[in-house]
Amino acid sequence: MTTAISVEAIGIDKRFGGFTALDAVSLKVAKGSMHFLLGENGAGKSTLVKCLLGYYRPDAGSFLVDGREVEISRPADADALGLGMVYQHFTLVPAMTVAENLVMSRADVPAVINWAQERVALDAFMRRMPFQVPLDAEVGSLAAGERQKTEILKQLYLERRLLVLDEPTSVLTPQEAEEMLGLVRGLAHSGAITAIVISHKLKEVAKFADEVTVLRRGRRTGGGPAPVLTPADMTAMMIGEPQAPSEPERLGAPEPAPRLELRGVTTVGDQGRAGLEIGSLAVRPREIVGIAGVSGNGQATLVEVLGGQRAPSGGQVLVEGAPYDGSRDLAQARAVRVLPEEPLRNGCVPRMSVTENLNLRGFDRDAGGARCFWLDRGGMVARARRLIGGYRVRAPSAEVPIGVLSGGNVQRCVLARELDGEVRLLIVANPCFGLDVKAVAEVRARIMAARNAGAAVLLVSEDFDEILELADRILVMHGGRVVHETPGPGADAQSIGAHMLGSH
Amino acid sequence: MDAITTVLVAMLGGALRVSTPFLFVSLGECLTERAGRINLGNEGVMVFGAMIAYATSYETGSPWLGVLVAAGCGMLIGGLHGLVCGMRGVNDVAMGIAIMLAGTGLAFFFGKPYVQPSAPLLPNIPLGGWADSPQLQNALAVSPLFFLGLAGAFAMAWMFRATRMGLRIRIVGESEDAARALGLPVERMRFLATAAGSGLAGIGGAFLSLCYPASWNEGLSSGQGLMAVALVVFARWNPVHCITAALLFGAAGALGPSLQTIGITWGYYLFYAAPYAVTLAILVATVQPGRTLKGMPGELSIGR
Repeated sequence: MTTAISVEAIGIDKRFGGFTALDAVSLKVAKGSMHFLLGENGAGKSTLVKCLLGYYRPDAGSFLVDGREVEISRPADADALGLGMVYQHFTLVPAMTVAENLVMSRADVPAVINWAQERVALDAFMRRMPFQVPLDAEVGSLAAGERQKTEILKQLYLERRLLVLDEPTSVLTPQEAEEMLGLVRGLAHSGAITAIVISHKLKEVAKFADEVTVLRRGRRTGGGPAPVLTPADMTAMMIGEPQAPSEPERLGAPEPAPRLELRGVTTVGDQGRAGLEIGSLAVRPREIVGIAGVSGNGQATLVEVLGGQRAPSGGQVLVEGAPYDGSRDLAQARAVRVLPEEPLRNGCVPRMSVTENLNLRGFDRDAGGARCFWLDRGGMVARARRLIGGYRVRAPSAEVPIGVLSGGNVQRCVLARELDGEVRLLIVANPCFGLDVKAVAEVRARIMAARNAGAAVLLVSEDFDEILELADRILVMHGGRVVHETPGPGADAQSIGAHMLGSH
Repeated sequence: MDAITTVLVAMLGGALRVSTPFLFVSLGECLTERAGRINLGNEGVMVFGAMIAYATSYETGSPWLGVLVAAGCGMLIGGLHGLVCGMRGVNDVAMGIAIMLAGTGLAFFFGKPYVQPSAPLLPNIPLGGWADSPQLQNALAVSPLFFLGLAGAFAMAWMFRATRMGLRIRIVGESEDAARALGLPVERMRFLATAAGSGLAGIGGAFLSLCYPASWNEGLSSGQGLMAVALVVFARWNPVHCITAALLFGAAGALGPSLQTIGITWGYYLFYAAPYAVTLAILVATVQPGRTLKGMPGELSIGR
């Protein structure tokens, strides 16, 4: 096993043009500790670690490793010092096996690989590790948690002595997240590695952090030993206000008659992944049904079916008791709205302007709901202006292509469009992905408001806390089926997590 | 010998002969696609390779030198494709069609003087010495290029499995992000894989003019370079499966001529269409709507 190193950053400045990403940020990470780097999107967390790993060159400041000043100007310099990073998006090759991925990550791969010999070495390496993954499995067939473990194993295999983990739990179930962070902390406390974890989940910080540094808008706003800091302290340091945004209020009870009903809906499976097989699923007016599940268990397919992007191979989708196929006419007639995953790809025309994209739902109907031939440019511009203002979309102008906006702003645009006007059925997938704390609170409040106004809401989310907060009823999907159902308020996170992992 | 045996023997011989160019061009296409790029230009490369191999053999008297020159020219043309596709915003399918037309056109332009003269051909290896029937002896006279192709297929499979270069090519073809994270020179590797793939296609062309049908004229290649794309899909991007695919297509291509040997002359053109019908049938049978293809390199532009 390797031994951990300590790292210190002193007065790091980084500017991109006129924008100051980091302003004299200092950070001290002790040997063998688990250090959390907290902050909202755009606070500078990623920029700071990218400077440390040689992807960016800081404009001022220096780094110390084990107390000595070091020059890190290229990623290779960071490699040589034993600094490694586990990215939020995976960097493993899905179509190759774990063994192939590990061997190829090394800098000194021989021209001809002697697999027999490599296998012996890999098996010996695996035996030394506190957790295992199957060496012969294709990475693409592993669950997200296993892939994350493989990423960490890869860093250990490369004999890294300091690991930076960029939001490592964002794609994991609660159990997987706990297990993974526990393992990393175990490695750190055994003196094998030092870990820097980028996160914005206060629960994880409370449970696993030895020390915390909080960034806001490129400055260090606080930090210290984790046990001393309360969640309120950390929230205040993160968003500059002492109060965390309050949870939206739930008003009224669901109506009895279902507005959306799925009966025996199936789709064809793909690449070893099971297709959908939903016996029955109903969403009632004034009800939020949350669908929890590990990504890749059919949630995306379900949203595609409901949004009309994919035809089911069997079964029935009913909206207000009548068959529904997601066509434009039916969606308009029944006031069905969809906020899909990756809204830029699934819900926008990237090269059309913000104004045009904001009018995609209704540009072909006049005020009375009848089809119109000529576009009402004036009305489109007015509606766009109203939505941009109401949802605080930050765009250089309403006439730029929507593709140039940041992910968060695209999300707001699509949400604004989908929630505008009468909404009787709302399908939302990961609505808060990539938004900061304030925006998240605002989006959740709007979804709750739609519910309170009488909409039936189907919420598919990989953020478990979001489902716990919003859902009236929680369904768990695994392998394309609904495997568990429980009332939302007071739901048991542990048991839901177990169902997400397939034990039921 | 009864009629069925005659047809089968003729098909065996035909399969061994007709499959060789399919094998080379599909191996070349396989290599290029595993690196994440499509090369439709291999059709043009084959025609040019056929012409230059024949011309070289005629001018120097050495058919093997012809094969080498065809491979070299293939690499040059493929290199051009690779270079241009490496530029920003270039679509490899459109560029491939341009290369296909350019290669064919150049071959016709420079090949005019070589349509008439007869060049020394590559000798076959007579494996049928033990047989009494002349048909069988004829069928088992196999070109050395066929064995070279077999060896090439197994070598390529080994390369993808157990060499640094092979695994790097796979990484580049599967995930550009991962390749960049590992610091691999993505564009250079694709360039090299495209050039090497076209080199193999060039050898396939040389077979056409120096082994079978063994002459140079403008109707020599009938879309083998394009069908290689379908063959590679059928072979699921596995070089060893390319052998099966090529033999199957070769046998289908030999169906028409084999039936002629026993006097069935009706439906001549229909039987000549067999390989294309097989292409269609196999693609339809192996591709299902709503599913992605297993084994397809992730960076292939038809897959995105």
